[in-house]
Amino acid sequence: MATQIANQTEREELISGSEAIAIACSLADVDVITAYPIRPYDTVMQYVSKLKADGAFDCDFIVAESEHSQFEIVKHASAVGARTFCGSSGVGWFYAFEAITVTAGLRLPVVAMVGNRALDDPGAFGVEHNDAMAVRDLGWMLYWVGTAQEALDIALLSWRVAEDPRVFLPMAISCDGSFLTHSQAIVNVPTQEQVDRFLPQYDRGRLLLHPDNPITVAPQVNEDWLMEIRRQTDDAMRRTSDVIREAYDEFKQLFGRGDDSPFIEEYMTDDADIVLVGMGTLAMPVRVAVRRMREQGRKVGFVRVKFFRPFATDEVREALSHCKAVGVIDRDYSYGSPSYGGVLFNEIRSALYTLDNRPLVQSFIAGLGGREVLVRDVEEMTAMVQDSINSGKVAAENTWIGVRE
Amino acid sequence: MTTMTQDLPQVRGVKQIPVYEGFTSGHRTCQGCESALVMRLMIKAAGPRTIVVGSTGCMYVANTTYYSTPWVVPWMHTQLGSSGSAATGTAAGLASLMRKGKMQEEPINVIAFCGDGGGVDMGLSAISAALQHDEYNLLILCYDNESYANTDIQVSGSSPWGANSTFSPPGKVHRIMNRRWKKNTVPMLAAGHPDVRYVATACGSYGPDFTNKIRRALTIGGPTFIHSIDPCPKGWDYDPKYSHELGMLAVETGIWVQYEIVDGELILNGPSRAIARGIRKRKPVTDYLQRQGRFAHLTEEDLNFFQERIDETWDKWWIPGVVPFGPQEEGG
Repeated sequence: MATQIANQTEREELISGSEAIAIACSLADVDVITAYPIRPYDTVMQYVSKLKADGAFDCDFIVAESEHSQFEIVKHASAVGARTFCGSSGVGWFYAFEAITVTAGLRLPVVAMVGNRALDDPGAFGVEHNDAMAVRDLGWMLYWVGTAQEALDIALLSWRVAEDPRVFLPMAISCDGSFLTHSQAIVNVPTQEQVDRFLPQYDRGRLLLHPDNPITVAPQVNEDWLMEIRRQTDDAMRRTSDVIREAYDEFKQLFGRGDDSPFIEEYMTDDADIVLVGMGTLAMPVRVAVRRMREQGRKVGFVRVKFFRPFATDEVREALSHCKAVGVIDRDYSYGSPSYGGVLFNEIRSALYTLDNRPLVQSFIAGLGGREVLVRDVEEMTAMVQDSINSGKVAAENTWIGVRE
Repeated sequence: MTTMTQDLPQVRGVKQIPVYEGFTSGHRTCQGCESALVMRLMIKAAGPRTIVVGSTGCMYVANTTYYSTPWVVPWMHTQLGSSGSAATGTAAGLASLMRKGKMQEEPINVIAFCGDGGGVDMGLSAISAALQHDEYNLLILCYDNESYANTDIQVSGSSPWGANSTFSPPGKVHRIMNRRWKKNTVPMLAAGHPDVRYVATACGSYGPDFTNKIRRALTIGGPTFIHSIDPCPKGWDYDPKYSHELGMLAVETGIWVQYEIVDGELILNGPSRAIARGIRKRKPVTDYLQRQGRFAHLTEEDLNFFQERIDETWDKWWIPGVVPFGPQEEGG
């Protein structure tokens, strides 16, 4: 458990991704936080409640009676100008779905953590990405975290971007259940001064719901206006890319860490014939496998998609335009989708369609329900992509990896 | 309480109801809509330093059209089952910002309203949760027109027994499709949340009483709940000019009981108090039921059954009209 935040030198802590985000909440001086228990995301709320109990963090911490109320409460707190945080996992995220969708429609910058978890039934606690992915069309920004450090950093970035008046959209930080929510790693915790310089106060401006600004929020618009309002939200989502890039550059300057791009991370892709693509903590075994295969002289690389929304179409195209074949590893399923492929696979394949020299694209479903994706699984997938290159076409567009028959 | 409440004095008579209008032209409610009057009285009583949050229902859809809002005060929509959460979130946001010095400190009234569908049915758990947070000053007002009137008059958990609705139409085989008795919502919330300082029933036909209830709820501190009975010409099927009269008949027949529970004490109001004290006789329920098309299919047997059930609430309930159960009798 982290102790005092008052300490004004950056310090190293051995903490989990959940604890890293709880500390980010405190550093960001979040005003209203709502909790409801479900594994594995709820660890973040356990840390938040202890920070509050110890007097290290002043916030209104409300334990709601359901996920729906949890998300409704922060939605309304955000409308009166409060910085907010909440979160959920799996079917809990789905229980809140009505509130989740209107939050984006209302353009309220709620920040939520999704501790990715399989959707029951049958009951399963382990990671799958289908829960968070359900918001992909609704106006939520959606980020997949790779490490505990990134969890803390991206949480701070989330409020900065979401609360930017050019954006005013909610943001979900997806953290793989167990692998990130519960696994500890060394994290550099920034100072309050650093965070204060990076993160201005939330100013709702002329959209503030207050007696001094007596506006009516979300009246009935019907066919008269809905399409214009949808278009405004689309415009806001289009603006997020520049705002994210701007905030990320400043973050890197102030905190002295970060990748080349806020949207994707490239690993040994420069001369790669085969590029694997995935999200979240999957990156760890994939990077190990890529290194081993490189040692054997095989030209394999990896792209980790970090922002799923906004989807960095141009950067993805650029990163994947020089290889012969792409293997997309989905920790999700999409029953009945094109080629029966994973969600990420179909997004990647769609993004690459306009390229003159399209690489072959192959879909793999792996690691569902928290099943570990092993180095040898990655090697097996790579071998299948190599077979496609050798034969000049993708034999099986989609393969489930490591499934007992 | 973290923040103080406003000074909103009780009124003595209709002439003391404020001239201030916070709910003006621009709404599209039906002629004779009592719920629209409830909105108007509510915001007259609360005044301009108020934030109102309204859940889905007539008072959202018919009331609040883009570019023609009737609300002079800040107003925001919330989801059908979210009046409790909306009130909590609004109050928590204000409390947090004021405590941390991010917003100028002042008592701002927070009112969330819901219909019977949003309150008595879907939103009950969120209302219950809101009533547990005694650190927030807020009022939840349930305007009960006894059906999902906005969506086409469908039966709710607050519809009366036997009422004709689009989900409970009388047919050739089943005359009575709604066999549920109206939920006893206010006593349930009062008994279930003993720390809540103010819970009341209300009726727009009694303006000064209604005003005073809103004001008591907003000034006593902590979360509060008011449940009003709102005659609905469209859903109840009567000439719009009789809305006021039907509200009074609901009370005078003893079907609707007017009371408030203040710091654990039950106070019956107006005609309900007179009925309980035996000063005034209850009118027969037919005076009320037979004025409404939704009960036109009821037979004499049905009407007798309805009367017996109402008689029971006054003659057999432990607290007449309010609490149906009591302690076991000695030697029983």
